[in-house]
Amino acid sequence: MKTDWKPLMQRVSSEMIKSIVVSLWFVFLTFPLMVMKIRPLDQTIEWRWMNLVYVGVGAFFLSFVWRYLMARKERGSEKDEGDSWQKRIGMKIRSDKRISVSGLIGVGIFVLIFPFLFSSYQTSIMITALMYVMLGLGLNIVVGLAGLLDLGYVAFYAVGAYFYALMNHHFGIGFWAALPFAGGLAAVFGILLGFPVLRLKGDYLAIVTLGFGEIIRLILENWNELSYGPSGIAGISRPGFFGFEFTLQQHTVYLFYIMVALVALTTIVVSRLRNSRIGRAWIALREDEVACQAMGIDKTRTKLTAFALGATWAGFVGCIFAAKTTFINPASFTFMESAMILSIVVLGGMGSIVGVMVGALVLILLPEYLRAFSEYRMLAFGASMVIIMVFRPQGIISGIRQRYEFRKQPQQEVSP
Amino acid sequence: MLKVKNLHSYYGGIHALKSVSLELSQGEIVTLIGANGAGKSTTLMSICGIVPPRYGEIFFMGQPIHHMSPDKIFALGIVQVPEGRRIFADLTVTENLDMGAYLRNDKAGIRKDMEYIFNLFPRLAERRRQLGGTLSGGEQQMLAISRGLMSRPKLLLLDEPSLGLAPVLVQLIFETIQKINQENKTTIFLVEQNANMSLRIAHRGYVMESGVIALEDTAANLLKSEKVKAAYLGL
Ligand SMILES: Nc1ncnc2c1ncn2[C@@H]1O[C@H](COP(=O)(O)OP(=O)(O)O)[C@@H](O)[C@H]1O
Ligand SMILES: [Mg+2]
Repeated sequence: MKTDWKPLMQRVSSEMIKSIVVSLWFVFLTFPLMVMKIRPLDQTIEWRWMNLVYVGVGAFFLSFVWRYLMARKERGSEKDEGDSWQKRIGMKIRSDKRISVSGLIGVGIFVLIFPFLFSSYQTSIMITALMYVMLGLGLNIVVGLAGLLDLGYVAFYAVGAYFYALMNHHFGIGFWAALPFAGGLAAVFGILLGFPVLRLKGDYLAIVTLGFGEIIRLILENWNELSYGPSGIAGISRPGFFGFEFTLQQHTVYLFYIMVALVALTTIVVSRLRNSRIGRAWIALREDEVACQAMGIDKTRTKLTAFALGATWAGFVGCIFAAKTTFINPASFTFMESAMILSIVVLGGMGSIVGVMVGALVLILLPEYLRAFSEYRMLAFGASMVIIMVFRPQGIISGIRQRYEFRKQPQQEVSP
Repeated sequence: MLKVKNLHSYYGGIHALKSVSLELSQGEIVTLIGANGAGKSTTLMSICGIVPPRYGEIFFMGQPIHHMSPDKIFALGIVQVPEGRRIFADLTVTENLDMGAYLRNDKAGIRKDMEYIFNLFPRLAERRRQLGGTLSGGEQQMLAISRGLMSRPKLLLLDEPSLGLAPVLVQLIFETIQKINQENKTTIFLVEQNANMSLRIAHRGYVMESGVIALEDTAANLLKSEKVKAAYLGL
């Protein structure tokens, strides 16, 4: 036992020394800000020495916790718990129909009575969250499955929103008539973006798609004749329901159910896509382009399909966004939106449908309910991103892909 | 069946193939041997259109293919099993095989071919639900060859299938290659550094040295040739 204790104590003390150095650095760096307070009126300096202590202790503590977590993480990866409990539970839920079916029914009932349990304000927030679920699932096709880092996804969202807004403004076309075409138009834009960027990979792809997103926004901001510039378009119609007249509250409930239906549709389509041949071709292309070419997979077509199918959902959601807010302007379609959607996909777990849903709900609902912290939102956001990337790089829920196989007659089972 | 005429291929400024000419007839096993960096893999990549040749011509069953895209060439029945196996690590064995049948839509036929493959390599049958990335080197090579077979190729291009395998497995792989050739009448172009083994199963052979074909003869003659013995058989 003695031999066990000594290195541990040594390790702890060396880590403590490192943390002390870190905290001294922090004290030094924040000294002018935290300790000195200049009173310009009577030209005196107030020395707040207690702050120095707080910063020092706080930095030491955080740094030590960080070190401890990092060490634990390293130990964990050494052991390599391949079949972790999460995975086993995931597999169990998948394999045990009763759990998954009753879970689904429970969630379904909760969702259906949601608008009656909560206020109109809560329902409205939930609609927004569901919109981001859909956006996340769409971007997940491009980023999670095909592995193409798209930082300009918001452009397709804008295309959908402006399409409906303009059609409604000029021709009085209703929501339901515009919805499919908004998706279609976004898909066309997806292909337009896809063509020039097909040869690019990784960072370059990210930069060009980022540029594309900004170009669309700048066009909307400056082409006054088309988009009415920064002042935007107001008075967009809400979704109709066989000519019924709804109150504002009823409209919210109606839109909520529309969103639930669309999210369900998206989930079904995306999960079918993922287990289809094209879905596997995306995964394969992400892994090894040369091998794909050797298998006769048309690289260009496969990537363009991913861009187009991903963009379609953004187009749908754009249309819904315009109908929900009844007013849109270019400020709603900044890079921050793309970053937000990408965070949902990455945080939730790339390639995982449930992960994206959880990611969207967490990232959209938390800031809403933590209004008090809204100023520090981006800070908390960045910090949580870093923490998750360090400790759970596969996302909150990693994708457990459904296995695909041909059934074989049991008696023909070949033995070695 | 395949005719390659004065092929020149480049990687940027590197002149990798310098006027390569080859010919393969229906049903043959032809091997291409040569040292590391001779340009063997580049030859296969150029035939498949993945590294398009800059000059020269390639004809497959009389049809010029040197301007075609890789997927078009694949659709004609020329399939490459690339060097280093290149299995899709995130896909299962069955899914990997299905990727090989990407252009096919006949479910029954695909199923039948999978059965054929699982009989050819029983080891793969046992591991059909395992992820490709978790297979051993030998199993990955079996899977790579099988994936190539799933499209029922007319011409199978194999790039160093014995690379990094234990002698027993090398034996097994070469026997299977011979079997594929005999059972399905598949023409096989076998690139190898293991000259001894490949010349034993091949009908004819080419020897490549720094981007040019240095020798060409029947496999039996090459095995006897002093030059090949000294340079490639280590005798
Ligand atoms: N992707 C590449 N980029 C640049 N040069 C390459 C590339 N692949 C191969 N080469 C060069 O082309 C030549 C032939 O390589 P290769 O066809 O792979 O040889 P072999 O398969 O006979 O070992 C070598 O000089 C090699 O360095
Ligand atoms: Mg090679």
